[in-house]
Amino acid sequence: MARMMYREAVLSTIAEEMERDENVVVLGEDVVGGNGTAGGPEAIGGIWSTSTGLYGKFGGDRVIDTPISESAIVGAAAGLALSGKRPVAELMFADFIGVSLDQIWNQIGKFRYMFGGKTKCPAVIRMAWGAGFNAAAQHSQAVHQMLTGMPGLKVVMPSTPADVKGLLRTAIRDDDPVIFLEHKALYGVKGEVPDDKDFMIPFGHARLSRAGNDVTIVSTGLLLGFCEAVADKLAAEGIGCDVIDLRTTSPLDEEAILDSVEVTGRLVVVDEAPPRCSLANDICALVAEKAFASLKAPPLGVNPPHTPVPFARELETAYLPSIPKIEAAVRKVLSYR
Amino acid sequence: MQLSRDQLLKAYRQMKVIREFEERLHIDIQTGEIAGFTHLYCGQEAVAVGVCEHLSNDDKIVSTHRGHGHCLAKGCDVDGMMAEIWGSREGLCKGKGGSMHIADVDKGMLGANGIVGAGAPIAVGAGIAAKIDGKGHVAITFSGDGACNQGTTFEAMNMAVVTKAACIFVFENNHYSEHTGFEYAVGTQKDIASRAEAFGMKVWRGDGTDFFSVYETMREVLDYVRVPGNGPAAVEFDTERFFGHFEGDPQRYRGPGELDRIRETRDCIKKFRASVTGAGLLTDADIDAVDADVMAAIENAVAKAKAAARPTPEDVLSDVYISY
Ligand SMILES: Cc1ncc(C[n+]2csc(CCOP(=O)(O)OP(=O)(O)O)c2C)c(N)n1
Ligand SMILES: [Mg+2]
Repeated sequence: MARMMYREAVLSTIAEEMERDENVVVLGEDVVGGNGTAGGPEAIGGIWSTSTGLYGKFGGDRVIDTPISESAIVGAAAGLALSGKRPVAELMFADFIGVSLDQIWNQIGKFRYMFGGKTKCPAVIRMAWGAGFNAAAQHSQAVHQMLTGMPGLKVVMPSTPADVKGLLRTAIRDDDPVIFLEHKALYGVKGEVPDDKDFMIPFGHARLSRAGNDVTIVSTGLLLGFCEAVADKLAAEGIGCDVIDLRTTSPLDEEAILDSVEVTGRLVVVDEAPPRCSLANDICALVAEKAFASLKAPPLGVNPPHTPVPFARELETAYLPSIPKIEAAVRKVLSYR
Repeated sequence: MQLSRDQLLKAYRQMKVIREFEERLHIDIQTGEIAGFTHLYCGQEAVAVGVCEHLSNDDKIVSTHRGHGHCLAKGCDVDGMMAEIWGSREGLCKGKGGSMHIADVDKGMLGANGIVGAGAPIAVGAGIAAKIDGKGHVAITFSGDGACNQGTTFEAMNMAVVTKAACIFVFENNHYSEHTGFEYAVGTQKDIASRAEAFGMKVWRGDGTDFFSVYETMREVLDYVRVPGNGPAAVEFDTERFFGHFEGDPQRYRGPGELDRIRETRDCIKKFRASVTGAGLLTDADIDAVDADVMAAIENAVAKAKAAARPTPEDVLSDVYISY
């Protein structure tokens, strides 16, 4: 085991996979940084430090600094993937997906199916997502709800450095396109990470981060830690929470959710996206449909309101799900009779 | 054409307001009191002011992530902007937008923008509206050397030509997009204006560190685009940004002494002073008086922003069609 930050887990996994497989190629804005300047290549890397040093190790053919052209970045990843490479493309902020959406939605997500299974499309599109930095409406959004609804894409949302390691490796080795969502508020978080260079976590396998019999809390990303804090607080009162970290929203580990709700009969889903057509709604509906008889209370979602992400500190705090809001929701489903 | 004394004083004051607004933010951001990402416009003032001094509230501009200068030059209220950046409820956008989303539609300022390349298509629409209205108004989009690589910018240029939109593409080439150099990211390694030319537009070029170069160039550009039926035009200004890409950028991509050199030789404010005092149009005392006045205005704006009402949690739910 090694102790490292979430962002270091991203970088080291990419480096290990590039080492192992020469078809792995990285591309994105400022993934090298400093090209065409007095400081020269790698004078300064991307703003998240998730590609630092790759250019020096693997060279400009495999570590490609792109102009500001998100549509061409994802499109090039599609073409690379159809040509035997394993591109790992970076969108600096998940919000910029808007510029590249056709390539994600109509192209890479559909090739394998539309072409009758005759091709693979092993592209990984990484992006930093999430609120908490007062970066306002165009640099703070959750995008998983939209991407999870797109057939053909796999959607990964790691919450810990170890999960970054195991899931990113799986993503790079997977033959389908994978959207890899890195929460920007987690980049500095440290954790223990296995050293094994083949350590992989399969998609569609949730992680039980707290165990208890009274209520099921489902989440992922930054908010998972908030849910754990609530579970720990309630544990001191003798209330047991199952906290399920989904890890991937597509595929979804239905079994883990249903098994837990069959025991607890109570469900809270905590989601950073606005409520309409959200992950929270999706999972509440799943449980209503498949575990109705086990339910002792209506399933409840905790989401931000149906608004863009606001700028000011007070507003963003009010917008985001918080530990008190999650606790209140959990108590509400617990007190339902 | 010679500017009047009042015009000169106004243009200088506008540039100085932007300069001191940004210099002050650079200091205040370091205290941690201001939230979010901030991109300072310092160094490029002559472009915003040289363009906007020709415009009325009926002419529209669309700005970028580095938008403070464009907003101020277009007449956005200094106090309202400062309050917005401080996240106040009394800010120009009630603290909902912040630095990257300042807008004042009544002033013809259709918004700063956090999405690089998003502005140009919006300006085409505003330019088509101006064409339809037929009153000689124009829409201007400011784009950087980074934004000029975005497909949206290409589409907008072509569509503006095809629709004969009353639209002007102002390219501010400050040689950097974030940490990447212009020579790397723009494949022709030449300029941006020639791209616009290839789309079928008449183009101009000017020195973006010299107010008079920008102002006189823009007079020609506007004379052209305001004529019904002429359609769009483009102009490229070579300029410098004095701070990092965003506040906190260590700028290791700069060459040794680069910042000192551009502050020394490419400062539009210094150049303006030297030029007008040298020609006897204004005196040092005239300019010093503006400086003192601007410093007081900025000080006042900061004091007001700090004291202004903070947003309340309920404010999250307003200004959107439904609170779900
Ligand atoms: C669609 C999109 N891609 C990337 C970014 C991140 N980003 C913000 S500013 C910037 C560089 C812009 O360079 P340029 O257009 O030259 O403007 P300058 O910063 O020099 O004013 C980048 C890459 C963004 N905000 N939006
Ligand atoms: Mg630039």
